[in-house]
Amino acid sequence: MNATSSYWSFLTEHREEVWSATADHMTLVVIAMLIAIVIAVPLGMFIVQRPALRAVSISIANIFQTIPSLALFGLLIPIPFIGGIGRRTAIVALVLYALLPILRNTYVGLSGIDSAVLEAAEAMGMTSGQILFRVRFPLALSVILAGIRTATIITIGVATIAAEIGAGGLGTFIFRGVALVSDSLILAGAVPAALLALLADFLLGLLERRLRVV
Amino acid sequence: MNAKIKNFSQNLIEFRDVSFHINDILRRVVISEVSLAVPVGETLVLLGRSGSGKTTLLRLINAMLLPSQGQVLVQGRSTGEWDPIRLRRGIGYVIQEAGLFPHFTVAENVGLVPTLEKWGRCRTAARVGELLRLVGLDPAEFADRRPRELSGGQRQRVGVARALAADPPILLMDEPFGALDPVTRAELQREFRALAQRLQKTIVFVTHDLREALLLASRIVLLEAGRIVAAAPPEEFLRLEHPEVRAFVASLGTAPGATV
Repeated sequence: MNATSSYWSFLTEHREEVWSATADHMTLVVIAMLIAIVIAVPLGMFIVQRPALRAVSISIANIFQTIPSLALFGLLIPIPFIGGIGRRTAIVALVLYALLPILRNTYVGLSGIDSAVLEAAEAMGMTSGQILFRVRFPLALSVILAGIRTATIITIGVATIAAEIGAGGLGTFIFRGVALVSDSLILAGAVPAALLALLADFLLGLLERRLRVV
Repeated sequence: MNAKIKNFSQNLIEFRDVSFHINDILRRVVISEVSLAVPVGETLVLLGRSGSGKTTLLRLINAMLLPSQGQVLVQGRSTGEWDPIRLRRGIGYVIQEAGLFPHFTVAENVGLVPTLEKWGRCRTAARVGELLRLVGLDPAEFADRRPRELSGGQRQRVGVARALAADPPILLMDEPFGALDPVTRAELQREFRALAQRLQKTIVFVTHDLREALLLASRIVLLEAGRIVAAAPPEEFLRLEHPEVRAFVASLGTAPGATV
């Protein structure tokens, strides 16, 4: 009771700060997701017919996922150009995290298409480019989008840790709250982050259902 | 030179000593030394058990596979020399379960090759309407449906319409009616026979059902383990002495849905 009311009074007092941290957080996530999509979707399309490359690229993306997020942020700091303290490093780490779900779903979606459909497409004289863009890709779109949805939710969570390397966002409140042993501060970061994740999940879920064929 | 031109006008498809083996370590032979000519207007039925090489033979015609030895000629030209895309656009192809594109409407499925060939919207739409009527589907009712909203028989009709769209001289059919219930299958077989007689296409039809072969074929070619063991028009075929022919004839009496 007491904690709840003090949380509310904190939120109303620091409304501006919370909003701007939420906006920073969303900016981090959106930039990281756009970069991850631009890398992982074409890569997924490229590896569909190349088994050797597929194994290598999915393994690499897998390795990024297994590195604890705080460690990944720390490991990136000393690397020239992409490293350092701040937003750029955070975005690089978030992209590395987001790659696997998108890459894997792109591959799974593109390769899981009914073989009769692909056989017909080939036999009717479609070029391999036409088969990829007019048949495989539209049919895989909802599966690819499911990967993007998973990656977005992961990224929203992991982005809170980016505050530790000075990237801003909702994590700022959480780390400050942990340092000051203040529940209100922790919740001021955690609750908006959770709400963002739920909202992203809901909206992307809607889109995914709309694009599903069959 | 003269002989070549003569060949071309008579035989739309010709296998010359064709062998095909899978290109792996085992080099399993799928087709061995097949020679076969298909003249214009023939409905040739390739009959055989599963694994006898019927589908492989079909896929050698539209260059989905290329022969390991020998040559497959289509319109007098080896499939290895054809641009595969051009070759396939002139060959209709119908498979079991139709292989319709689930994200396309019926009209878009049927209009695929005309669209790829850039016929233009009006001409394609007119052709799609004509074809749907040809296979017994009312365009007003079916054109905008998706394949999942069709029955198996309707889907197969759309598959036939799609294969005929660009008016190809050759039609390849791989057990097109195999997945249908017996009543629908018999219905489609009868209609297809009438259609084939009317359209004068050269048709190569794969089946393991002798009854279907007898109904549709102008000539039946029986395959066993990748070789042609018998070839004859339907009435003659029934009298052949080859053991594999006898095995198929014996199956007539016991086939499920035998009603003739």
